[in-house]
Amino acid sequence: MIWNEAKECMSRDEIESLQSARLVKVVNRVYHNVEYYRKKMQAAGLEPGDIKGIEDLDKLPYTTYQDLRDTYPFGLAAVPKSELVRVHASSGTTGKPKIAAYTRRDIEIWAECVARCLAMAGITRDDVIQVGYGYGLFTGGLGAHYGAEYLGALVLPMSTGNTQKLIDMMIDCGATSIACTPSYLLHVAEDLEKAGLVDKIKLKSAICGAEPWTNEMRDQMESRLHIKAYDIYGLTEMMGPGVACDCEYHKGLHIWEDHFLPEIIDPTTQKQLPKGSDGELVITNLTKEGMPLIRYRTKDLTSIEYDKCECGRTMARIQRFRGRSDDMLIIRGVNVFPSQVEAALLTVEGTTPHYMLVVDRVDNTDTLEVQVEVAENVFTDEVKSLEKLSKAVHDKLKMAIGLNAKVKLVEPNGLEHFDGKSKHVTDKRKLYQ
Amino acid sequence: MFVKQISVFLENTEGRLEELLKILAQGGVNLLSASLADTMEYGVLRLLSNEPEKAKQILKDAGFAARIDEVIAVVVPDAVGSLAKVIGMIHAADINISYIYGLSIDGEGAPIAIKTNDNAKAEKLLNAAGVKTLGMEDLV
Repeated sequence: MIWNEAKECMSRDEIESLQSARLVKVVNRVYHNVEYYRKKMQAAGLEPGDIKGIEDLDKLPYTTYQDLRDTYPFGLAAVPKSELVRVHASSGTTGKPKIAAYTRRDIEIWAECVARCLAMAGITRDDVIQVGYGYGLFTGGLGAHYGAEYLGALVLPMSTGNTQKLIDMMIDCGATSIACTPSYLLHVAEDLEKAGLVDKIKLKSAICGAEPWTNEMRDQMESRLHIKAYDIYGLTEMMGPGVACDCEYHKGLHIWEDHFLPEIIDPTTQKQLPKGSDGELVITNLTKEGMPLIRYRTKDLTSIEYDKCECGRTMARIQRFRGRSDDMLIIRGVNVFPSQVEAALLTVEGTTPHYMLVVDRVDNTDTLEVQVEVAENVFTDEVKSLEKLSKAVHDKLKMAIGLNAKVKLVEPNGLEHFDGKSKHVTDKRKLYQ
Repeated sequence: MFVKQISVFLENTEGRLEELLKILAQGGVNLLSASLADTMEYGVLRLLSNEPEKAKQILKDAGFAARIDEVIAVVVPDAVGSLAKVIGMIHAADINISYIYGLSIDGEGAPIAIKTNDNAKAEKLLNAAGVKTLGMEDLV
């Protein structure tokens, strides 16, 4: 079902003229209300009048997470704080999170965007949907929740952490849909199979996001649980989940172009690329009031298709992600930068910066192992001191990135030593192939 | 009068212990005693040799994390309850024992290595009670 046919099926001309009008407005708003943006535009020799439509988009400076860091927490807010009603956050490269601030209208638009995605997955007001994303600063829980309510479905706000209860209520309340990370859903599938309960569930669809997943994972979910699985995309900085979603034809993720203006750039030359090119996805908030971002560099590598989809929607489709132009890892839905790990390790007395992150997916759950070299200066003859070191590393990491990592102490020179920090990571998951 | 113990960090992988011992053998180091404290993923190998500095250097050159610590080599009398008495004396003096292991050194009684948080005090009280301890010169 198409939730908002008037918008989702606009002609390309209509989309572009709407985008142009909205771009002019948002550029004016940030120029006049956000000092940081005004200075950036002035430094680029730009005035709001120079931006007459989307054809002028490439004149505007980019926004990166460094900008978010520099203006933390509310430096990019385009409205007075009294107009803001909510904040969400995701982890950044250092201790400070990247935050997003919303006005009441932003929350409503977000809910509608998510509702469009859910409708795309065939969900209606007759459905019972379990939200298995974390509720809190993370956008997943509340984002999916508000969207499902907006659509009129019955929402079970499960959050994360209690699979047994999720399964019990899935059966008792007759849940027909679930929103959670793909790896978590596969974990749920395994528990259902073990308990012999797959026949007892009424699940028809799953809306999975917050981490990249493969077609093989989709096949597994669909065949093991007898459901249809849909991929939902989003990022906290732009809004949260619901920026884009895939339809039943799985020809890419339809991005809501009336609210988000996508473009592809070359991450090295930082030049906008022609339509259809491969490169880094850059998105501009067209309607956001609280903290609209202009040309935000997502660091996700992909391409965009603009032809009309078999589902009837004209909204452009983000193709399969081919990787990241930075070194961010998404582990169990959590954004992790190797620099965070390095910073955390340096706070553990006695460790050397020689470490290796090994990310893998075992039984459909992401695993994170941190291998730390036991150099001579930290080695002692007592096992308990080494165990203390392991625990200290574990605890510091838990605090820094919010994940339980397995700490493995290795012999000095047991790890290859590199200069570049990206070599501190071995990702065995093959998510982008 | 302590003895010098070499300890080495070892990953718990197949053949690693053998590799280490071969490296020491090639360097001509004679080992008098060995004890391995193991965990799931790594171990701490504790060795006694009459050339501890040489052993440590060879291990370092081969890329191992190795260090030298002093332990008390106690000659426990060959009688029922002697070890309990020795440990009891240390405990009574509020000294914490980090680890102990048996030494394979020829001679009287049953020699053991003890590492405590106050080796000097522990050795003194043992000697005062007539318990014999060994020094490096006794390791031949």
